[in-house]
Amino acid sequence: MPKLKIISDKCGGCGQCVDACPYDGIEIAGTLAKFKDSCNWCGTCKDACPFEAIVVEEDKAPAAAGLDAYKGVWVFGEQRDGHIQRVVLELVGEGRKLADARKEPLCVLVLGDKMEGACKKLLADYPVDKVYYVEAPELAVFEAEVYGKICADLIRAKKPEIMLAGATCAGRSFLSRVAVEVHTGLTADCTGLAINPEGLLMQTRPAFGGNIMATILCPNHRPQMSTVRPRVMKPPAAGTGRGGTLEKVAPDKARLLSRSKILDFAAEIEETVNIAEADIIVSGGRGLGGPENFKLVEDLAKALGGAVGSSRAAVDAGWKPYSHQVGQTGKTVCPKLYVACGISGAVQHLVGMQSSDTIVAINRDPDAPIFKVATYGIVGDLKEVLPILTRKILERKGK
Amino acid sequence: MALRIVVCIKQVPDTTEVRMDPVKGTLIREGVVSIVNPFDSYAVEEGVRLKEKHGGTCTVVTMGPPQAEQALRDCISVGADEAYLVSDRAFAGSDTWATSLTLAAAIRKIGFDLIICGKQAIDGDTAQVGPGIAVHLDLPQATYARKIREVGEKSMIIERLLEEGVETMEMPLPGLITVVKEINEPRLPSLKGKMRAKKYELKKLTAADLDLQPGKLGLDGSPTRVMKIFAPPPRAGGEVFKGEADQCADKLVAVLAKNGVV
Repeated sequence: MPKLKIISDKCGGCGQCVDACPYDGIEIAGTLAKFKDSCNWCGTCKDACPFEAIVVEEDKAPAAAGLDAYKGVWVFGEQRDGHIQRVVLELVGEGRKLADARKEPLCVLVLGDKMEGACKKLLADYPVDKVYYVEAPELAVFEAEVYGKICADLIRAKKPEIMLAGATCAGRSFLSRVAVEVHTGLTADCTGLAINPEGLLMQTRPAFGGNIMATILCPNHRPQMSTVRPRVMKPPAAGTGRGGTLEKVAPDKARLLSRSKILDFAAEIEETVNIAEADIIVSGGRGLGGPENFKLVEDLAKALGGAVGSSRAAVDAGWKPYSHQVGQTGKTVCPKLYVACGISGAVQHLVGMQSSDTIVAINRDPDAPIFKVATYGIVGDLKEVLPILTRKILERKGK
Repeated sequence: MALRIVVCIKQVPDTTEVRMDPVKGTLIREGVVSIVNPFDSYAVEEGVRLKEKHGGTCTVVTMGPPQAEQALRDCISVGADEAYLVSDRAFAGSDTWATSLTLAAAIRKIGFDLIICGKQAIDGDTAQVGPGIAVHLDLPQATYARKIREVGEKSMIIERLLEEGVETMEMPLPGLITVVKEINEPRLPSLKGKMRAKKYELKKLTAADLDLQPGKLGLDGSPTRVMKIFAPPPRAGGEVFKGEADQCADKLVAVLAKNGVV
């Protein structure tokens, strides 16, 4: 079963493998390196070893048969209230590149009710070769168990080579069920996708709170599946339709039965809550001094057309509901613009927002760690700076 | 109604401390402490609260190397009744597929009415193991639970925190939920709890106890492979404006406009 071997003749006992190991999985026992129980076979030690003393043992598992039967790139056409979500277009943009690299078609899988028009519009506007549309009243609202079953059935029947979904609440909840059901790998929350020379999907994702990036392959199972972080990939321009076809698929009635029942959905009244999918986020932290000053943050967010985020400190103090929390125990976001107001920049916050395109920090303390990751910063009093900034943004937009 | 509650936990490095040496491309692990995954501590708290309110048992289970024992003891100290360490060399290299299979087998052996997991672990951030366990055990699931409103004989009513609001769902039992931070505020260990944690004899399960085919465990049972790990491009601090608020704001708006951000 071991997938790595230490060649004792070559090992110098230098310990570089020990330093390199992310899992505390190797030690120097006496004068030689030795794997510990915590080794994860990731192979990092192999690359770190200056003596080439660590080698990969042949993967005994033969390449699974029938992989060639899987063709094409699929995108999960996530919808809410019958509206195709923006992340779907982002995945169409990325999926198109992958499909072209594989010289295969790009398909979107839509599960819903009364959505034929939306499917046709998708085909007319964007470079999709085919939409598989499964229509049933039971599919109008997302439910993980039912969506998982229907999607797994279609994958078994149509055999796509690659399946992508947005790393949204829905995408992450049901695709992990599908992966187990069809017995294939799933890589979560990817921020980079590419095809390697062997034709495999290279799935790159942040781990350890974004401090480390990992590239994952799924060599012997199909489809290769990823959830992809919203806002990372670029949607294609509209008007790039290529005359793709719509194929309606009749679902197996028995598979539409859900054991759970959705009783109610209460939309958060503020429209500024969806930080996971916002282009612009303005966040407030303890530096605001009190809940009454969050209004300044909200005003700036409104002026910019963005959502409102919060640091953990401000949530724990009861200034803002948890749904707004950015960071390790809240949400990970990557908007085009992230404005941190009165947030010192504890690592727990940084891991939730450090992949944003542009970061602006406004803080009284010039030594606050947030300035280390900020693209631009203003040192100053929030109560003074925020209203001025809001006014100037509005003036600019008024032009 | 006595609920048999099983809470899945993971011992994780305090990831805010894990960094890569951008030159050597290796991990800097010095001084990194191990903790119970924060989302899992909310799961444990919820399990203990449900047990206290409705009766039954709260059992914690983790799959990991022997040193994960400490994480289990931490859970005993805050009120979990029993703790299982699922540990075997054969589990090494498990991805979320193999992990959920192994944990599902362990949970089946333990016996359950309700399984609680944290939303995701802060090292891997996948959020895939919970739903994976649910499928292996053929269970319904409610992810992102922020509140358990009611617990009945055969089902429970759960509020789920989604992107644009809160969904209320009735899930039959047995079932699996994953929880977010909003669901509760974990207690601190009591002195009595700490004493019990110290003396508690952990239950252990190995691959042989779980009746699983060797080919389905660990790296062999994992469809995904880590090809490489690397440091993200470093983020350098940028331009900082100081002085009159009005001028600073002007400068900021100007650079943002110039770069097409606003």
